[in-house]
Amino acid sequence: MAEIRNFTINFGPQHPAAHGVLRLVLEMDGEVIERADPHVGLLHRGTEKLAEAKPWNQSIGYMDRLDYVSMMCNEHGYVGAIEKLLGIEPPIRAQYIRVMFDEITRILNHLLWLGSHALDVGAMTVFLYCFREREDLMDCYEAVSGARMHATYYRPGGVYRDLPDQMTRYEKEHLGSEKELLYRNRARGGSLLDFIEDFTERFPKLVDEYETLLTDNRIWKQRLVGIGVVPPERARQLGFTGPMLRGSGIAWDLRKKQPYAVYDQVDFDIPVGTNGDCYDRYLVRIEEMRQSNRIIRQCVEWLRNNPGPVMIDDYKIAPPPRAKMKEEMEALIHHFKLFTEGYTTPEGEVYFAVEAPKGEFGCYIVSDGANKPYRLKIRAPGFAHLAAMDEMARGHMLADVVAIIGTMDIVFGEIDR
Amino acid sequence: MSLEERLDDLEELIEEHILDELCEECSLNRERNELTLTVPRDQLLEVMTVLRRKAALGFDQCTDVCGVDYSAWKRSEWEVESASNTGFSRGAERDEPLRPAPESRFAVVYHLLSISNNWRLRVKTFLDDDFPAVDSVVGLWKSADWFEREAFDLFGILFKGHPDLRRILTDYGFVGHPFRKDFPLIGQVEMRYDEELGRVVYEPVSIEPRVNTPRVVRDDCRYNPDGIQPPAQEEAADG
Repeated sequence: MAEIRNFTINFGPQHPAAHGVLRLVLEMDGEVIERADPHVGLLHRGTEKLAEAKPWNQSIGYMDRLDYVSMMCNEHGYVGAIEKLLGIEPPIRAQYIRVMFDEITRILNHLLWLGSHALDVGAMTVFLYCFREREDLMDCYEAVSGARMHATYYRPGGVYRDLPDQMTRYEKEHLGSEKELLYRNRARGGSLLDFIEDFTERFPKLVDEYETLLTDNRIWKQRLVGIGVVPPERARQLGFTGPMLRGSGIAWDLRKKQPYAVYDQVDFDIPVGTNGDCYDRYLVRIEEMRQSNRIIRQCVEWLRNNPGPVMIDDYKIAPPPRAKMKEEMEALIHHFKLFTEGYTTPEGEVYFAVEAPKGEFGCYIVSDGANKPYRLKIRAPGFAHLAAMDEMARGHMLADVVAIIGTMDIVFGEIDR
Repeated sequence: MSLEERLDDLEELIEEHILDELCEECSLNRERNELTLTVPRDQLLEVMTVLRRKAALGFDQCTDVCGVDYSAWKRSEWEVESASNTGFSRGAERDEPLRPAPESRFAVVYHLLSISNNWRLRVKTFLDDDFPAVDSVVGLWKSADWFEREAFDLFGILFKGHPDLRRILTDYGFVGHPFRKDFPLIGQVEMRYDEELGRVVYEPVSIEPRVNTPRVVRDDCRYNPDGIQPPAQEEAADG
């Protein structure tokens, strides 16, 4: 009789379904996985160490590059931790802007997740649909910060500037008709808030569109139902947060349980799964998009009616306005000191966590009273999720690994840091 | 129940179950509405077991484990006091030896979360330089597995009883522990592809370390709880 032995398969690091640079060493028994050993760190840039060598504000840009599909939520985690350390609170309008952009970011993230997950599992169309809507949301990013992804919009003490009164518009291009230009600029006649409101009116129907493609799709269900089941007990033990935890039936959301910014002022629901499989986590994320849409609408409404400052009035932390700098010596000095040396924080340590689209994103900061962090530890949700790869994949078929990687919503920027 | 009230409850419970019964050398500290429990390292596992198993405390999640290296604590590249007479240097002197560490060089910091009770706790244990090792908590929380591997990789802290203590974030065959304060920011080696040898080779780094913004520790009057104003000359240096 032929000798029977287990195969070891190397999956990645350059594999289209590995969502970046994941190297998975899989021990196989036929087509069944005996053990999965993820090798991470291929994207390790030492963000935490780099942050130790820079003044506080200069590291905000690094946060965008951690989880590069939920940029502003990462900024919120970092900036929030600094604010807690300094003991300051941003103006209420800035907090509403933050909540609105956190939710825009959540939709951005879930759209990318949905598109790429469906693509991995074999549905091409959803990917194209999702990226169409991402485009609009990234235009919102661009309108406030000038950058489509790495915004650096949140600053300790508020946000960089107020929402623009005019939404960016497409210009006439060499090719392309007048009619097309009109069509592309159809919602861009007014302010950014008008554009966002128009988006929130369109969006629920678009989510229905994705759902018609997937929710009752036989192939989609065959690939997801009963795959990667995590019972609630294990989900806690494995340190799951966000949709991964809620998919297992635990109603835990930092926005509700430990509210930050103005999440206690807005009305929304927390979707929870029952079976803890990939399909439930899919449903949870779909519903989260609808809830985010609800929150954005409330924020738009509030922001319309309540103008005000978006940055605190403390020139030791936030730069003085340009006009003031031209006239006042004091303001000029503040500006110079702030952009060369930065500000110093009181000594101490803080942990501040936000509900990022992927789960709990937390920053633990130790400060010795300098103008730079002494130690910054970033608690990335994906790190804990990927650590459970072995447990979730064991006993499944090779093809299910792709579904499990997809359902975890992993992004290597935050795992490797 | 508000955050303050929950933390009051937790404070009481920890005093009752840990400080009184189990560990007299432990200390509990509350700052900015965060509780920090400092535990001597030989009692860490005992204390953690109580935190995990005692239903009233109910810490069912270990959200984070990380190392801290205290050897450059309060080290400043600009001396603020003397600067008003001499001016500031560019702060580029990097050869200055690290200050002697406080009593213990390393710390391991655990962040625990109780989903059932909705409270958080930070547990801290200090380790000395010659043999930084502490008991692993993987048996209590599976999530600590990778976090401990990370702390081992980046700081060289050993976790006794960890099932699989390998490097996780650095390259295969990496030498040193990059997040220690005596490890330079630019690293030790650089790599390139060698045409002649036909493979990637490692060489000592060729770039010079530099400081863009000097590190400065100020006892800023804003944060002085007693509200004491600094002397006038310091204020001038501030401007």
